[in-house]
Amino acid sequence: MLAFLVSSIRLGMTFLFGSTGETITEKSGHLNLGIPGVMCVGASCGCFAEYLYLTAAKANANYFLAVFIPIIATLFGGAVMGFIFSFLTVTLRANQNVTGLALTTFGVGVSDYMIAETGSIYSKGSRYFTTSLPFADDLGAIGEIFFSHGILIYLAIIIALVSAFVLNKTRIGLNLRAVGENPATADAAGINVSRYRYASTCIGCAIAGLGGLSFIMDYLNGNWEYCIDAIGWLTIALVIFTVWKPHLAIFGSLIFGALYIASSYITGVSFASKEIFKMLPYVVTVIVLIFTSIRDRKENQPPQALGLPYFREER
Amino acid sequence: MNKMNIHIVKRDAVIWYKGFAVRAAAIIASLLVSAVVITLLTGKNPIEVYSSMISGAFGSSLRIWSLLQNVAVLLCIALALTPAFKMKFWNCGGEGQVLVGGLATVSVMMFLGDSLPYPVLLLVMIAASVLAGIIWAVLPAFFKAKWNTNETLFTLMMNYVAIQLVAFFLKYFVKSGSGILTPMPEHGLPVIFNQPYLLNIITVAVLTVLVYIYLKKTKHGYEISVVGESENTARYIGINVPKVIVRTLVVSGALCGIAGLILVGGTNHTISTTTAGGRGFTAIMVSWLAKFNPIYMVMTSFLIVFLEKGAGQISTDFRLPVAISDIVTGIILFFIIGCEFFLQYKILVSKGRKEND
Repeated sequence: MLAFLVSSIRLGMTFLFGSTGETITEKSGHLNLGIPGVMCVGASCGCFAEYLYLTAAKANANYFLAVFIPIIATLFGGAVMGFIFSFLTVTLRANQNVTGLALTTFGVGVSDYMIAETGSIYSKGSRYFTTSLPFADDLGAIGEIFFSHGILIYLAIIIALVSAFVLNKTRIGLNLRAVGENPATADAAGINVSRYRYASTCIGCAIAGLGGLSFIMDYLNGNWEYCIDAIGWLTIALVIFTVWKPHLAIFGSLIFGALYIASSYITGVSFASKEIFKMLPYVVTVIVLIFTSIRDRKENQPPQALGLPYFREER
Repeated sequence: MNKMNIHIVKRDAVIWYKGFAVRAAAIIASLLVSAVVITLLTGKNPIEVYSSMISGAFGSSLRIWSLLQNVAVLLCIALALTPAFKMKFWNCGGEGQVLVGGLATVSVMMFLGDSLPYPVLLLVMIAASVLAGIIWAVLPAFFKAKWNTNETLFTLMMNYVAIQLVAFFLKYFVKSGSGILTPMPEHGLPVIFNQPYLLNIITVAVLTVLVYIYLKKTKHGYEISVVGESENTARYIGINVPKVIVRTLVVSGALCGIAGLILVGGTNHTISTTTAGGRGFTAIMVSWLAKFNPIYMVMTSFLIVFLEKGAGQISTDFRLPVAISDIVTGIILFFIIGCEFFLQYKILVSKGRKEND
């Protein structure tokens, strides 16, 4: 039971990065279906940076740099993907769905290439990311649940809380939401729609990229054996599940993490039914999606301009 | 002070050869960028790499058949998605709809294959796959029509439900627990002229013409266009919008079901969670690049399958990771997507007037 909880938290926080990033992006009206690709590229950049650093530093590697360098590389990789997406959809006015899917193809290719070339084992680097807080062992079960995680887990929660604050309590957040709800009105009010869409997409993708890094380095302990695009689609589901609210996503991601791994912890269930368990996160998401649309409450709706392009000349 | 002003102006329509030239230029530019990437990553001569790509797609009659077969399947899914897209209903659920169609086919083959006479079996297979596809597509359409539920997200989620459903049945059907179902070619679609893929290709060719006629020449097609352009206009001229949405998705789902039938009954004779292999997503690209025109889709699906096949050959010839094909495909797609801008808009640069005019 304890192991189950701890695993759910570790996996859930991976989802949390992705969903926070995608929420920020979607709030600007961009539906980025390239998130799986973004997470792949983010993880690739992070792992490659870690590999380079550990090869260069040999025995002199210190904790701070071993964690800091991959995180910066990941943020950079994610932001570049976000930039490609924004350039194509905002400047070149391409369709968002198509661009997102192309981004996913590209990102999956990059990460698969990475695995094939540098090997799939990053357990050396992973050690730094799974180092727990020093006093975790002294606190028994509570320590195990709350303090035994690596740095990325805490970073995910901090980022989600900061995002929730910025989105709901600051002028920047207000402007961003206006852009996502009704870009024409926002434009008339003097908000630079393109700039907000560029910025939110790049920042969102950078954060989502960390999700990929966290999944490889923390949850998988550095054994990158399979492509992580399925995780990306789950984070898109999580955004819907938590009705576009990063602070709810903290709990939502725990539920998703638990649902995702429940099948391997439940005993006495046949092999086949375990596959049904893995279906649950998606089914739950569909139900939430239907439920919110039927209840039609304003605060639980997708941003109104979600997926729609905005060109000033076509108002 | 003189300022350079850049205006972006919408073009009326581009003459077909200009449009062709811009797209060709985009593909050449993308191949150049890919060549740089390949050389940087691998140190191989890009010209050799590209020639191995061509041999990978057309090198032998077997390869050409396999190319055509893949074009047929991809085209079939793209045809299925197109009516929905024209209506601005973003059906991202091709993957799932194809999979359940295939699952229905494989179930019929397994459980009724020995007990029914072959012609009846074929009919049951077709009916089952079409019905399964329809159910998977109409579910999101119903909620979209009734409560305006976001269809992109709904159909996306249905893909994964379908994948898990297939995984479940594989564990359930296959008693050994390996999850691999032995192919059953004896219960598959008939083979004509000794060419296993010929029937699939002919079916899809016929479907292409039918969908073209459906979209361009029928009342249904007209209603779809009107709903896609403006729902308010549609309502104003008396079109029953929810009905059109559901009806179009019945067509969409049925065609996806047929794609599943072709994949399972006419090609693999078994099913796995990767039977659709991302084609449900690639088909979105095929349809969009062809501007939702079924005839152009033949070309765009051909282009994309050629890229995939060719890139696969690169990886065997040069012992490169298969993933290089995804990277190259991705880069080429970025360029093709981006070049549409230059077809729709023109950029005017004018010397700005003085500020204090």
